[in-house]
Amino acid sequence: MSVTIKDVEHIAKLARLDIKENELENYTKHLNSILDYMEKLNELDTRGVEPLFNPIENTNFFREDIPVRSIPREEALKNAPARTDEHFKVPKVISQD
Amino acid sequence: MESKYEAVIGLEVHAQLLTETKIFCGCSTKFGNPANTNVCPVCLGHPGVLPVLNKKVVEYAVRMGIATNCTINKKSVFARKNYFYPDLPKGYQISQFELPVCEKGFVDIVCADGTEKRLGITRIHLEEDAGKSIHDQGSETLVDVNRCGVPLIEIVSEPDMRTPEDAYLYLTKIKQLVQYLGVCDGNMEEGSLRCDANISIRPKGQKELGTKAEVKNMNSFRNVEKAIALEIERQIEIIEEGGRIVQETLLFNADTNKLASMRSKEEAHDYRYFPDPDLIPTIISEEWKKQISDSLPELPDTRKARFIEGYKLPAYDAEILTGQKELADYYECVLKETNDYKSASNWVMGEVLKTIKEEKIEISDFPVSPENLGKLINLINKNVISGKIAKDVFPVLLKDNRDPEIIVKEKNLVQITDTGAIEESVDKIISSSPNQVQEYLSGKEKVLGFFVGQIMKETKGKANPAVVNEILRNKLNTLK
Repeated sequence: MSVTIKDVEHIAKLARLDIKENELENYTKHLNSILDYMEKLNELDTRGVEPLFNPIENTNFFREDIPVRSIPREEALKNAPARTDEHFKVPKVISQD
Repeated sequence: MESKYEAVIGLEVHAQLLTETKIFCGCSTKFGNPANTNVCPVCLGHPGVLPVLNKKVVEYAVRMGIATNCTINKKSVFARKNYFYPDLPKGYQISQFELPVCEKGFVDIVCADGTEKRLGITRIHLEEDAGKSIHDQGSETLVDVNRCGVPLIEIVSEPDMRTPEDAYLYLTKIKQLVQYLGVCDGNMEEGSLRCDANISIRPKGQKELGTKAEVKNMNSFRNVEKAIALEIERQIEIIEEGGRIVQETLLFNADTNKLASMRSKEEAHDYRYFPDPDLIPTIISEEWKKQISDSLPELPDTRKARFIEGYKLPAYDAEILTGQKELADYYECVLKETNDYKSASNWVMGEVLKTIKEEKIEISDFPVSPENLGKLINLINKNVISGKIAKDVFPVLLKDNRDPEIIVKEKNLVQITDTGAIEESVDKIISSSPNQVQEYLSGKEKVLGFFVGQIMKETKGKANPAVVNEILRNKLNTLK
């Protein structure tokens, strides 16, 4: 499996990354070398091996359903580049929610 | 619907879980709090924070899984669904992909013609809700993160539905179940229950599925039925004109009753799911599952069967009464007062439901207590008042929920069963209506109604109708 320049452009767009035209080839090469390594791993026969979803072997770490105090609104809005007294403010999203 | 085609419908239902706190942090889920006050670094998506799963959320999902005959997966895993939208601060939604909590279940619905249909459930998975964007305030979009991280279950059906009615009944069933289980309030209008529909059509008899379109934004049960019917019509029209269906998302507009394409970009559905490394797998042991299963309340189908069996109610009555948990509870409270099961059923299905519909209220806000309704029924059965008078007492109870026996006495509505008083009244009418008496004697049985009417008028409706009829016939027949 390998990716093309077009794939890289697509992935960059999805990740909101601004990749310059002259960098595209380099990224494609890098990604492909990672994928090549994955191909190498794929040579291993993993039939009958349960897929690993998390390297930590723990399971079932829960919270009880008990409210804890939220942070003040002022704290929440403090880091926002744009805000009103109550809300985060973002560029108009065209949506028909 | 055109008979040449068959529609194939699948529904995705999101249900907001009734927990106190969010799915991955201890912020309150309370609706209606001031904007951006139910928030913390976790649900605001600040860097370096760790989500911790709310145990109750898992239990609620398992409850729903058991109630819909699902397999409860021993191991389930959370995944990141990646997309950018301002109401999703992290840039991904924590959901489940490969290993949801529940899979492969079903529910049974009863169609209008009485036939039963089994509808498959593909999966039930857990996920977090997004925040709320407010678009109509000036030139920018405002974001409220309060709802971010509120726990949801998504119930995905198999494409087993064929008509808008099927979809309506399925949704009704889901709502009934979440309410019985106490995991969601089931309010579609307020958005705690949301539904998207995948719809395609194919010529009858064809096995392969047609291209599907997704319909969103249907915020009531009737709108779901309406929007699906519209979409089926639209697709048939396109095919009939030689066109082809494009896979797209459509929004239903309840004001105009129309569907509009969202024209979303092709890459909009490239979510690049992967297991969330911040959360470890959830293991649901047999023991835990059994514990949850043992704690389940009586489910609607079981309750319906019990109503038919125990109260000897017709299936129709039992179906309506158990349709809503609160209604079934109300009915059973009436039965604490009276053991006339069928009359109680008639009153609840009749006057009670009628009032609820007319006043647009919930059963929980119904002004007449079940105790007083039970007492009213007993007054009829003990011949204290007639059924007709009871219908007059009922509106009084609606305004003034007091012991009906007291109201009946205060208003002097107690039925006259005293034959002496009734005889007197009958004699009076007979002697003042010689023409009608002649008519009756010449064989016009119908005129009997006139006499009964007059007597009822004279006694202000309080005479026991059965006694009146008997005395009247006897007296008239002696004149023959």
